[in-house]
Amino acid sequence: MEKILIANRGEIARRIMRTCREMGISTVAVFSEPDRNALFVREADQAVALGGTAPNESYLRIDAVIEAAQRTGADAIHPGYGFLAENAEFAAACRDAGVKLIGPSPEAIAAMGSKIEAKKIVSDAGVPVLPSVVYTGQPLDALLDELADQPFPLLIKASAGGGGRGMRIVREKSELSAAIQAAQSEAAGAFGDDTLFVEPYVESPRHIEFQIFGDEHGNIVHLFERECSIQRRHQKIVEEAPSTALNDALRAEMGQAAVRAAEAIRYVNAGTVEFLLTPDRRFYFLEVNTRLQVEHPVTECITGLDLVRLQILVARGEPLPDDVRNATIGGHAIEVRLYAENPLQGFAPSTGTLHRFRIPGESGVRIEAGFTDGDEISPYYDSMLAKVIAHGPTREEAARRLARVLAAAQLHGPTTNRDLLVRLLRHPDFLSGETDTHFLERFPPEQLGRSLLDDAGLKLHAAAAALAQQARRRATTNVLRHVPSGWRNNPSRLQQTTFQVDDETIEVGYRLDREGLTLEIDGLSSENVRLLQCTPTEVELELDGISRLYEVHEVDDTVYVDSSLGSCVLKTVPRFPSPEDELAKGSLVAPLPGVINEVRVEVGHAVQAGDVLIVIESMKMLHEVAAPDAGVVTALHVEPASHVEAGAVLAVISDEEPET
Amino acid sequence: MKRQRIRSNLDRNSDIYKTNRESLLAQLEELNKLLAAARAGGGEKYVTRHHQRGKLLPRERIELLLDQDAPFLELSPVAAAGTEYQVGASGVGGIGVVAGVECMVSANDPTVRGGSINPYTLKKTLRGLEICRKNRLPLIFCVESGGADLPRQSEIFVPGGAVFKELTQLSAMGIPTIALVFGNSTAGGAYNPAMCDYAVFVKGRAKVFLGGPPLVKMATGEDANDEELGGAEMHARISGLADELAVDEYDAIRIGRKIMANLNWKKLGPPPSDDVEEPVYDPEELLGLAPADLKIPVDVREVLARIVDGSRFDEFKPNYGTSLVTGWASIHGFPVGILANQQGILFSEESQKATQFIQLANRNDVSLLFIQNVTGYMVGKKYEQQGIIKHGAMMINAVSNSTVPHITLQIGASYGAGNYGMCGRAYDPRFLFTWPNAKTAVMGPQQLAGVLSLVQRAKAEAAGKPFDEEADKATRMFVENQIEQESLAVFNSARLYDDGIIDPRDSRTVLGIALSACHSAEVRGTRNFGVFRM
Repeated sequence: MEKILIANRGEIARRIMRTCREMGISTVAVFSEPDRNALFVREADQAVALGGTAPNESYLRIDAVIEAAQRTGADAIHPGYGFLAENAEFAAACRDAGVKLIGPSPEAIAAMGSKIEAKKIVSDAGVPVLPSVVYTGQPLDALLDELADQPFPLLIKASAGGGGRGMRIVREKSELSAAIQAAQSEAAGAFGDDTLFVEPYVESPRHIEFQIFGDEHGNIVHLFERECSIQRRHQKIVEEAPSTALNDALRAEMGQAAVRAAEAIRYVNAGTVEFLLTPDRRFYFLEVNTRLQVEHPVTECITGLDLVRLQILVARGEPLPDDVRNATIGGHAIEVRLYAENPLQGFAPSTGTLHRFRIPGESGVRIEAGFTDGDEISPYYDSMLAKVIAHGPTREEAARRLARVLAAAQLHGPTTNRDLLVRLLRHPDFLSGETDTHFLERFPPEQLGRSLLDDAGLKLHAAAAALAQQARRRATTNVLRHVPSGWRNNPSRLQQTTFQVDDETIEVGYRLDREGLTLEIDGLSSENVRLLQCTPTEVELELDGISRLYEVHEVDDTVYVDSSLGSCVLKTVPRFPSPEDELAKGSLVAPLPGVINEVRVEVGHAVQAGDVLIVIESMKMLHEVAAPDAGVVTALHVEPASHVEAGAVLAVISDEEPET
Repeated sequence: MKRQRIRSNLDRNSDIYKTNRESLLAQLEELNKLLAAARAGGGEKYVTRHHQRGKLLPRERIELLLDQDAPFLELSPVAAAGTEYQVGASGVGGIGVVAGVECMVSANDPTVRGGSINPYTLKKTLRGLEICRKNRLPLIFCVESGGADLPRQSEIFVPGGAVFKELTQLSAMGIPTIALVFGNSTAGGAYNPAMCDYAVFVKGRAKVFLGGPPLVKMATGEDANDEELGGAEMHARISGLADELAVDEYDAIRIGRKIMANLNWKKLGPPPSDDVEEPVYDPEELLGLAPADLKIPVDVREVLARIVDGSRFDEFKPNYGTSLVTGWASIHGFPVGILANQQGILFSEESQKATQFIQLANRNDVSLLFIQNVTGYMVGKKYEQQGIIKHGAMMINAVSNSTVPHITLQIGASYGAGNYGMCGRAYDPRFLFTWPNAKTAVMGPQQLAGVLSLVQRAKAEAAGKPFDEEADKATRMFVENQIEQESLAVFNSARLYDDGIIDPRDSRTVLGIALSACHSAEVRGTRNFGVFRM
């Protein structure tokens, strides 16, 4: 195996290439139009454009990927995760084209791709599964009979679904009929298929998965578990190994079950067997992921193995090395997924330019990122910015290390879930191992996701921003540059800067003279404050004898300030309001970037408060924009399929009659 | 090649240093009280009323006009101090930076008797216009004035006409003038915006007419209201006197800044060098150097070491005419030739040295800085016979005809013809600043009183009358006291005989701003002096 094409993008493409380089293997990247200048493309030895933007125009094009492999002479393809990973058709196409796919066989992928078939196979092999009934319209009593003696609550989900759509929890028999009808219609609307599953609903479950590895020589091992219970919108955000819920006996029992499941399909290469673990430590098979998982680094950290290297060895036909068969658990590793999203707005994805992306590298910390300063976070792909993994001798040490690194990161541009992750990692329930899939329901994002910076810290950050802007203006002026900043022989008032943070404004007044710094924030003077250092990018302020460094980064009128207190984003309010800048009264703005899915009104329509006027689709979710007050639509700036940025004016509603 | 660094031998523990410092701090406290009075304008009642009307104070208007963090050198802030008028002479003006353009920024103070013009206001206004003209500084002007203080019209009406002439002459010289009209600007005041290149009127506030409703009614019988006669909207839409209609005060200031930004303004003087070294000695020590007792000479090199770039100074003719120090330095990157009194007295040698140095600066197109601590030209038989008058005349000739920018800083005494030779007010320095301890008079108060006494005594003797020693003592005291009061910095600054009293520690900054202003115009020396009497 001389050259591997990586049919993926971002951090996982880079991570695979890193191992390839270490093994002396050439790398080929494939890329879509928006990714033309991405890091993974630059780091590959060769790169082939797939064209297109959306995944189905680019990374999901089996023919184009295989052609790229053939054109570059790549003898193998690594699919990473997502996109064409777990695509049996792709695996078969690779086989037909004579290109080795680094992963399991098309048959194994196909077998595990069907949830019903997978369950049957592993159940036959003696692995516990939750009874699940396919509902296609049979009488409810028959349905309950099929579920045997499973008590309520029950879970109804769409067979074709995902992401929670069509999902219903039924706590009593009397609710069953209505819930099934509702789930059917929702499933039919969303997926065009009203087939449902009905299964027992487990309260407070944990998500435990086992890393498995098989070679072509019949060896199958497990590399211990990962716990991925903490999820938002059914997507994992914190993953760790080992799990606090497993003792050695349960680990052995579940590990053996995972190996049996793999053996049942003669699994080759890396895979993951997912289980549901109940609070009373019963476990049930969920599914097998026939790919390298996003969270594989935690397993690598605790075992010291390179799973990508093992995948390549296995794909070459080599047997699993001894160190894999004798792997042990060393320490504890935790991974978090850093997303460009706003936890305070229902985790709505956030896009735009990533002006600065710096996560401090420290010993025991691994950063897997696909982005660098200046990259554009587009709405077309997953909004994960990076995975950050900390490995430590104990779980608590790993958690604290990870929280600290995240808190110190400079993430300038789209909103991220960083603050939520830091609060979560420092949360007593997390630290004591009280994790289940409902963690974020117990501790909602409004609480966990709020800024790490308190109000007093925010004000100091605003002061630092004002002083840094001052230094920048002085450094770049063309006249009287060397005269002291803001010098007055008859000083009448302080220099004023106003910032906006969300809906709040902060006014900073300052004067620098031979007495030092005079500082007023929101009209209150700050005592015992000294300015030790001030450049356009660094401000060192001393307060009551304790100094702290503030790093300031200006991008147009936006100022990012980071310090050991936390981070904030400030908007500089212009000294003079420009009449054109002010939004017309009654403007409806896009709450997030996306594509207009539906426009339900026309100019001239009368609307009532709360009427949904426009629907925006962003990151596969539909967001409704409703009228805040009753009125008449006087302007409409969008039509279906038009792309909008966050803050764009969609429509204007006036309480007057439109001019005709 | 870097200039020689001055080596300081200042003793901070000496009695003189401590006395000077104490005395200076006390004088600065007095100055600060006057500055506070100027800032207070017409007092709390009128300031509150002004704010309640939704209006900004003159200093608030100026602060908003100025670029954020840019310096502002207020000129003549204590004009009219000690007179019957409010300190500041109901107006604020100075040199600042608006939209990257160094310019003169000024404003009427409507809280002081409605911003009406008194004789000191007029003097201050005319001085501001002169600074614009001499230094080629654009003018932006916040207008809100009730016009002349009518009871004093006799001192204002005739000379006041010069304001409009000056404004249009600035325009003729290509020096832009911008009027932002925030309120009343009626009768004669109506010509203020009219004489400017640009006029911005605030909607609902600006009122600009030759005659108001009562006067029109009296003159022609016509009924008309303020808005019809001189409202901002009328002038913007009908008369065309207003170029732009601002929705409010902030908008007017924003428009003023926009106009300035669009001037495509270029300074004609050479730019400063970019690597500017701060002095290596602490300017704070200037307080201990400023002479509290003018009889004690000051080593002016110690003063220079705390003002000029890097404390570097290349002396010219160091061994000749040593009572006057001459040499080359730079301040905030602007090259400057310096003439500074060392021992107070000017002898023939010093006068000739100064004459030569002024000629050289004119050859080199370098600005001149005069640092005054001068008690006069030497008198006495020997010196008269050596031709001190002739040599003093040479120096005055050179100072008068030199065309490079002159800036004068008074740090101590400024007596007699020394005031003239060292470029006193009458010699039109571009700027003249004073330390609080400085004194200006034809001679020292004691000397003047003594001279008067001697003359009286001689008169009595000639008349053969007995000389009343007691009465003489009283007269001497009285005269000495009067001259002392009239020679003080505040007295002179109140009368616009300088451009402001400054904190000695700010000298370098003030001179830097002044030199930069001078460089807005071309810096060009002359070879054309009067006949030097040899």
